Amino acid sequence: MYDLIIIGAGPAGITAAVYAARKRMSLLVITKDVGGQAAISGDIENYTGYQFITGPELAAKFEEHMRRFDIALKENEEAVELKKIDDKILVRTNKVSYETKTAIIASGKRSRELNVPGEKEFRNKGLTYCATCDAPLFSGKVVAVIGGGNSALDAALQLIKIAKHTYIINIASSLSGDAIMREKINESEIVTVFNNTQVTAIFGDKMVTGIKIKREGKEEDLAVQGVFIEIGLIPNSEFAQGIERNQSQEIKVNCHNETNIPGVFAAGDVTDVPEKQIIIAAGEGSKAALSVFRYLARA
Amino acid sequence: MDKKVLVYSTPTCPYCVRAKQFLKDNSVAFEDIDVSINQAAASEMVSKSGQMGVPVLEIDGEIIVGFDKERIKTAVGL
Repeated sequence: MYDLIIIGAGPAGITAAVYAARKRMSLLVITKDVGGQAAISGDIENYTGYQFITGPELAAKFEEHMRRFDIALKENEEAVELKKIDDKILVRTNKVSYETKTAIIASGKRSRELNVPGEKEFRNKGLTYCATCDAPLFSGKVVAVIGGGNSALDAALQLIKIAKHTYIINIASSLSGDAIMREKINESEIVTVFNNTQVTAIFGDKMVTGIKIKREGKEEDLAVQGVFIEIGLIPNSEFAQGIERNQSQEIKVNCHNETNIPGVFAAGDVTDVPEKQIIIAAGEGSKAALSVFRYLARA
Repeated sequence: MDKKVLVYSTPTCPYCVRAKQFLKDNSVAFEDIDVSINQAAASEMVSKSGQMGVPVLEIDGEIIVGFDKERIKTAVGL
């Protein structure tokens, strides 16, 4: 049985792992990928100590730091269930089951899906949730970005440099997101913004050939070869049995990162802590590990 | 004999960076094809893999989509 299992290896999970390793806990880190959302962020200019660093570079630094310690890391493994039975916490993954005295849930968030016909079918066939990864493949093509917030504007600004034309399909009456980004969008002649517009389906043959949109009560087809879905994030919290969540499905924690289940802690974007920032997630991860240390000392 | 390994990637995609690092760490020689600057290669990748996500690895003709460590290990014989 482990002292601690950390689920997730983004900024929160990695920082928790570094702190736990320095406390010499018997430790396992289970994660789908290393770096989390930080690894797919663009430019980062607000992580203290780095005036400028890209997401992949900062994620690589985090990983390098974690790997300095001899930490058991299970990559490409995803927690599908976490539950407390008596004094033990059981973590079941898509591969095996583990037992531990404590757990830190640092599983972050994932892209929200549109839930329209064609979305699953055309995933990676012209439809993507990661503009940073896939935008260069749409060189010279006509594309649509779904969403109206910062991540949608960020995707559109990346695409301006690459695509022939970019549509922004926004369900709200105007774009939100930072003013500086909105100005750049408005200045571009190769971007068309459709506000008050809903996407009702994605269609194509082998690859995406278009989307169905509904505006002013009318449905119409829009021919596009690429669809970038940027409509926000949802927490990866479903696997934790009996855990208290808020309305947004974020795990509720107190200032010691304790959840309602003794021995189960949580940190980073998966929690209800306000402001989703890399530096906050990292700080919360360290706090969670120190809380675990105190909990184990009391037990 | 060494296997022929191609990696179709973009410079900004984190899984591409990770996949290439993994190959380097295991001393597997590979050819990196940057599809963001090579349209012909991008089309070739799409037709071979039937999808547009990167990275795509081609190991002696076997197509692996994404950074699937286990499949990569098996394919290169690690």
